[in-house]
Amino acid sequence: MNWDWDYAIDSLPLLFQGIVVTVELTVLGALLAYALGLVLALVRQVRVPVLSQLVYLFVEFIRSTPLLIQVFAFYYLLQPALGLRLSPFVTGFVMLGIHYATYTSEVYRAGIDAVPKGQWEAARALSLPRGRVWTGVILPQAVPRVLPSLGNYTISMFKETPLLLAIGVLDVLNRAQEAASETFRYVEPVTLAGVFFLLVSYPASILVRKLERRAGTV
Amino acid sequence: MDSHQPLSDAQAGTATADREMIRFDKVVKRFGDNVVLNELDFTVSPGEFVTLIGPSGSGKTTILRLLMTLEKVDGGTIQVDGEYLSHMERGGKLVPADEKHLRKVRRHIGMVFQQFNLFPNMKVLQNITEAPMRVLGKSRAEAEERGRELLEMVGLSEKVDAHPSQLSGGQQQRVAIARALAMEPDVLLLDEVTSALDPELVAGVLAVLKDIATSTEITFLCVTHEMQFAKDVSDRVIMFDHGQVVEEAVPEKLFTSPEHERTREFLHAVIDREV
Ligand SMILES: Nc1ncnc2c1ncn2[C@@H]1O[C@H](COP(=O)(O)OP(=O)(O)OP(=O)(O)O)[C@@H](O)[C@H]1O
Ligand SMILES: [Mg+2]
Repeated sequence: MNWDWDYAIDSLPLLFQGIVVTVELTVLGALLAYALGLVLALVRQVRVPVLSQLVYLFVEFIRSTPLLIQVFAFYYLLQPALGLRLSPFVTGFVMLGIHYATYTSEVYRAGIDAVPKGQWEAARALSLPRGRVWTGVILPQAVPRVLPSLGNYTISMFKETPLLLAIGVLDVLNRAQEAASETFRYVEPVTLAGVFFLLVSYPASILVRKLERRAGTV
Repeated sequence: MDSHQPLSDAQAGTATADREMIRFDKVVKRFGDNVVLNELDFTVSPGEFVTLIGPSGSGKTTILRLLMTLEKVDGGTIQVDGEYLSHMERGGKLVPADEKHLRKVRRHIGMVFQQFNLFPNMKVLQNITEAPMRVLGKSRAEAEERGRELLEMVGLSEKVDAHPSQLSGGQQQRVAIARALAMEPDVLLLDEVTSALDPELVAGVLAVLKDIATSTEITFLCVTHEMQFAKDVSDRVIMFDHGQVVEEAVPEKLFTSPEHERTREFLHAVIDREV
């Protein structure tokens, strides 16, 4: 197998389009996962009757089925049934976000549980309103502790974007394949796509490890 | 005591003569099968400094936690300044207090904990101003001014901008005292507030408390193993065991000539431990 630099360079513009999509999917999916995960964690923590149990079932269901099947099901079955027509891109980041929200909700829960009981009692002894206890006392202590775990899940999400090809989202790897399908030369584009993932994931995981050391992880 | 004399109309009208700040009426508290408080009765007058003593597990912390509404009674009633705390009146009947009622009555009461429990995510001054701003509706300027005064009172003016983690245990506890005072409580609960401190830091905290106790109208309910401190500041000492009052007296009497064998044993044990 030989490496053709000219061909590699030719495939770059197409790969670059894919890189943008991968990054967008990851960022949007991650933001959704952070926010929705927090909501799920709070609903369970505050023990809203019925809703808490529903959230529990939802979390268990999502976590015990593969993301790929969820993406398929949401795109080809659920959306038509609901009369929705989201683009593959939107479907992609929404499903990534929802899937990972079930993991981040557990992360938040652990972070919230790790806040000492005395903090709740002190807040109560000062009569702080319930909402302020969360926003002023509990979450500011819980969230920094869970940042490394959130970071790890973000890296996982980043690496999972290629499976959105299933519904036609062209992320960087899928663009590489597209480039290759015209010429039947896979080595260069696929290698470059792999290098891209490596170049982002590896420094990111070093960063997360640094965070972990600083935060004293849950 | 003149509480047996009939009240004049004027006295009865204002009822300040023997107003009670804290009143426990047949209070029962259980944890599972463990009956911690067994029909406990006692009262505390406004401005009084009362120290609770008794063996470990006798329910001292539980009494304070009930008052702070961190626990619920299983029987009997608690009143604070003439108002039901454990219960509320609805349609002429007493029903267990709901969260809204608890929020209201809780404001009269402050608590200082053994483990300080400062908010580590807030600087010292914000620890103190947070509740006055959020709960009493004070402006930032007002709350901060009062916060600085209180910090000066506990001898920590220069720590306004420090983080709790930068303070010694004794300093943290003095901030916690200032934080509780900032809510202008009528009743301040102290649960072994020096037990978690290195011995050399205890005196500073006790001095601050003594200062506050003598210079304010606040009613104190204090659990401590610092017998000298208890003697110095208490108006009355109550000895508990098995969820009931064994005896109560002014400190001079209780510490030197207690009536009950149980109290004598306990005091011996505590003093042996201190020596
Ligand atoms: N949350 C709880 N759950 C179960 N049992 C409890 C709980 N809190 C207190 N108890 C029990 O209630 C009893 C009284 O406890 P409490 O903490 O009030 O005692 P104390 O007089 O403060 O003792 P100490 O001097 O050791 O602090 C103990 O037997 C304790 O085990
Ligand atoms: Mg105790």
